[in-house]
Amino acid sequence: MTRMMQGLLLAGVLALGLSAGDAQADLAAAKERGKLIVGVKADYKPYGYRDPSGAIVGIEPDLAKDVADKLGLELELVPVVSSNRMQFLEQGKIDLMIATMTDRPDRREVVWIVEPNYYSSGTNVLASKKVGFKQWEDLRDKPICGIQGAFYNKKTQTEYGAEIVAFKGTAEVLTALKQGRCLGFVYDDSFIVSKLGDDEWADFEMPLPTIDDAPWGLAVQLGDQAFHDIMHEMIVNWHKSGRIIELEKKYGVNNTPFALAMHEKHKNM
Amino acid sequence: MEQVASWFLWLYQETGINLPIVYDSFDRKRFAEGFLTTVWLSLVCLVFSVVIGIVGAWLQGSRLVWTRRLVQGYIQFFRNTPPLVQMYFFFFALGNLLPTVENEFGFQQPMLGNFAWAAISLSFFAGAFNVEIFRSGIEAVPKATVEAAEALGYNRLQAYLHVVLPLAFRVCLPALNNNLVNLVKTTTLAYAIAVPELLYVSNQVWSDNVNVPEMMTILLFIYVGLVGILVWAMNRWERAMKVPGYGA
Repeated sequence: MTRMMQGLLLAGVLALGLSAGDAQADLAAAKERGKLIVGVKADYKPYGYRDPSGAIVGIEPDLAKDVADKLGLELELVPVVSSNRMQFLEQGKIDLMIATMTDRPDRREVVWIVEPNYYSSGTNVLASKKVGFKQWEDLRDKPICGIQGAFYNKKTQTEYGAEIVAFKGTAEVLTALKQGRCLGFVYDDSFIVSKLGDDEWADFEMPLPTIDDAPWGLAVQLGDQAFHDIMHEMIVNWHKSGRIIELEKKYGVNNTPFALAMHEKHKNM
Repeated sequence: MEQVASWFLWLYQETGINLPIVYDSFDRKRFAEGFLTTVWLSLVCLVFSVVIGIVGAWLQGSRLVWTRRLVQGYIQFFRNTPPLVQMYFFFFALGNLLPTVENEFGFQQPMLGNFAWAAISLSFFAGAFNVEIFRSGIEAVPKATVEAAEALGYNRLQAYLHVVLPLAFRVCLPALNNNLVNLVKTTTLAYAIAVPELLYVSNQVWSDNVNVPEMMTILLFIYVGLVGILVWAMNRWERAMKVPGYGA
């Protein structure tokens, strides 16, 4: 009996040790396993989405590939969503996160957001043309769909009085919007622009002035100095070489003012 | 109240334990509403699932073969599919086939909202189990007792309501108790279709404040409390209904 107890205890300690070992996912660990694990979006066309074969592709997966090539490692992409991406990085499930995350001070306390910012977008609303929203105040007391975990949900609720109905992923939201369960979808303008290109969304528009134009940050684990420095250099080079602009073109997005400005700023440096 | 709030703000600044649901009025309000939604959803589903169980168990004993088959089909369908899948199916697939109504903004929207669908799918899900639970109780009632009721001139419904069900109920209460506890916990699935219940609201709060451990802890304690209250009430009921010499 006591032997069994000892065995159980040992197993428990081992399990703890193993899980603690998993949490060590810095650059050194990535090199050791010969594979870089990057968390990207899989429901956010064109920044990270699945192609017909099921593979995750998009602007951010391409950037992740650049990093893996630079380090000479194999690349593994892990799909993340807004509500778990920082936790995945914290727990070491991923080494690097490039997942459309807005750079905010409170997030900098949890993960290490690398400067300069690699991209930028703001908040807008996708709504049927028939609804005819003109300004943000028009959202008051209207059911507006959102994504669970997005930071502007609260703002849309407190400042503009909308009633947020938040789902897990964009597919659910778009279905709910089509079915008339909400009058609009508050989300990143970059995503909305890419949707409006589809014929399916021809009756919809992005009617409001974009607010909160905010930079996106890719992040590594807090304290991973070596990886941070490499990523800093990577981002500068992306801006310098116009890689971001090139990727926007590749995936059919109008070049954003941010990407153009950053290229302009860095190209002669 | 003000002092409590400022104490929790101090707690955050000093220790890093962040509980905005106490000091932030917006988070406090939505968390309280989430709590009430969970309680209300649980109560609605508890009542309907028990009613479905009672009616279903009675229909299961019907002389008509198609009625029995229908009940059997219902049980198989709801017992063999995951509740989350049912919820998505009801909300996005079935909900879209129903006629639409005009909402106050002049737009067509599906007839039933997310709360209604959550209540329906959870009630039918737990109800399917309840039918089987009640059947186990009914089968434990001695045949002689039913025959005695028939000899006294009771018809099938009367015998079911006045003789079989009261006895069966006492037998199956422990099993029913288990299933209802599960039902209360399953209400968290409603967050998938955006019903603003506790898990959904907590998710919003921790997304805004990055305080996952705190919210998870609070969430666990609240569910321990809610289920505790349910179990306590069910146990009292069980004791109050005890018939000396019958059942356990």
